[in-house]
Amino acid sequence: MSEDRLDVRKTYKLLINGAFPRSESGRSYKVETATGDFLANVAQGSRKDVRDAVAAARGVQQKWWGATAYNRGQVIYRLAEMAESRRVELRDHVMLAEGLDREAAQRLVSRTIDKMIWYAGWTDKIAQVLGGANPVAGPFFNFSLPVPSGVVGVVASQESSLEGFVEAVIAPIAAGNTVVALASERRPTPAVLLGEMTATSDFPSGVLNVITGVTSELAPVLCAHEDVDGVDISGVSSGEADQLNVVAAGSIKRVFRPRGADDDELRRLRTFVETSTVWHTIGQ
Amino acid sequence: MIASVACVSTAPLRLVTPEDRGVRVSQTGSVPMIDSESQLKALLAGMSGVDAVGVDGRCAKLATRSIKRSSKKAAIDLAISMVDLTTLEGADTAGRVSSLCTKALRPDPSDLTVPSCAAVCVYPDLVAHARYVLGPSSVAVASVATAFPSGRASLKVKLMDVADAVDAGADEVDMVIDRGAFLSGRLGQVFDEIVAVKAACGEAHLKVILETGELVTYDNVRRASWLAMLGGADFIKTSTGKVGVNATPQAALVMLEAARDFAESTGHIVGVKVAGGIRTTKQAISYLVIVNETAGSTWLTPEKFRFGASSLLNDLLMQRLKQQRGAYVRPDEFSGD
Repeated sequence: MSEDRLDVRKTYKLLINGAFPRSESGRSYKVETATGDFLANVAQGSRKDVRDAVAAARGVQQKWWGATAYNRGQVIYRLAEMAESRRVELRDHVMLAEGLDREAAQRLVSRTIDKMIWYAGWTDKIAQVLGGANPVAGPFFNFSLPVPSGVVGVVASQESSLEGFVEAVIAPIAAGNTVVALASERRPTPAVLLGEMTATSDFPSGVLNVITGVTSELAPVLCAHEDVDGVDISGVSSGEADQLNVVAAGSIKRVFRPRGADDDELRRLRTFVETSTVWHTIGQ
Repeated sequence: MIASVACVSTAPLRLVTPEDRGVRVSQTGSVPMIDSESQLKALLAGMSGVDAVGVDGRCAKLATRSIKRSSKKAAIDLAISMVDLTTLEGADTAGRVSSLCTKALRPDPSDLTVPSCAAVCVYPDLVAHARYVLGPSSVAVASVATAFPSGRASLKVKLMDVADAVDAGADEVDMVIDRGAFLSGRLGQVFDEIVAVKAACGEAHLKVILETGELVTYDNVRRASWLAMLGGADFIKTSTGKVGVNATPQAALVMLEAARDFAESTGHIVGVKVAGGIRTTKQAISYLVIVNETAGSTWLTPEKFRFGASSLLNDLLMQRLKQQRGAYVRPDEFSGD
């Protein structure tokens, strides 16, 4: 191969309903590495992209929740397999985006993949751990079952471009929700790569939608959208979080903010489920 | 006779003003009398062909028009008032028609500023029930007839079908043309059927469904439009909604051109209805743009332009609420059908 071959540059696009469109608005923006060098031009999503993504997520939510828990676990495990086979690429992007050294980035990618597998295991255990059989005074069984909230919006961590993103999107997906995620504004490429991997891991189209762009422009639209049932606003400052809380309250959404040391490992799983109580007569 | 009908307008459209709303309706012309099949064939054969590439290009260009803010609000309300809220399923029941009628009367019960729809469109056996529910309101009852959707029945049966619907109280009758006869060149038969059905309609308005998805070419769409208008149609309608290809912007454009040219040469303004596959506000507004840019604002009223649709109405209501609230709303905010 000749040395003066032309560069084949990659276009970092959105993920909406299983397709990889450029933004509806036609905009893009420049992303730099942690040291300030050019990294990529990334699609700059618009509020209409958010709307389309929410419609896609809503459309597939029943199907995703209708799949068996075992099957959902396998699909998420498959994503971990895909990430494993592209770990060098993920490592390089995390290294450039977050300014880590090679070994640290490698450890971070490994930890992230392990976390996916951990959540994959949770899909068929949520009901036992968060649900239960309730004693009632009558000839009935009474069960409390965790059911997904529905469509969850994620404003992903601005700093932790891969690990933070994976935690925020995979936990609600494991619980049976579908997700519209806004990737880190300055470090979006690891999230875009993860989105690409879902295309080869049996994710039904629309279960995970990834939008890159300006957080301050898109987060209010996502939090105000009345067809979104919950939002994870890990990626905004506490001042902005107050405003988004108010907007989200307009349509009575569940809102998740990390609590740091106070968080337990299951809070992300617990936040985006509702409790459904079922009565059943005791058979003779 | 052929010379008296200008089939293609070459004059540019004028600016829309209150006096001249985009179409120059002939003051002296009249609908030519058709005495024989050969005369009809000669008249239709004398029409110039449709520039298919031009039509596609024109539609693509018009689809890029951006309608925003106050224009969008006005367009949404106009589109709501043009909807023929339709249910044409084998599983239709009186209850379903009742809820449809209620919805047509007051599309958004929480907002009285939302206009009523133009009509409800049902099968003939449910006309009486729809008429009963709608009472003396402004919402019309439209009924499909003439062995809808295939049109495969004898003329006698078709006329009985029409009479049945009209007797039950239908204000508007949607008939289908015999596409088999049209495509095999038996134009006289198609024409006679339209004339006979028009007579059977009496006071009721007649909408003639061309089923453009089965007519193959734009030339056929233009000829069928003229044939229907010459036969006495009050409206020409694209589709039944029951075949693979439903309303397309291209077919609508060709039909609107035909309606405009017909008005310019005969003085009769025939309406156009697009039906089937129109689900989003964006689609509806782009049809309104085509209407305004092809035929002119004379057609931008529920009397002259209709959407045959069911799910479109909810999308229009959602977009309307979005304009008011500034946030996207839940689809289940509005009743299903």
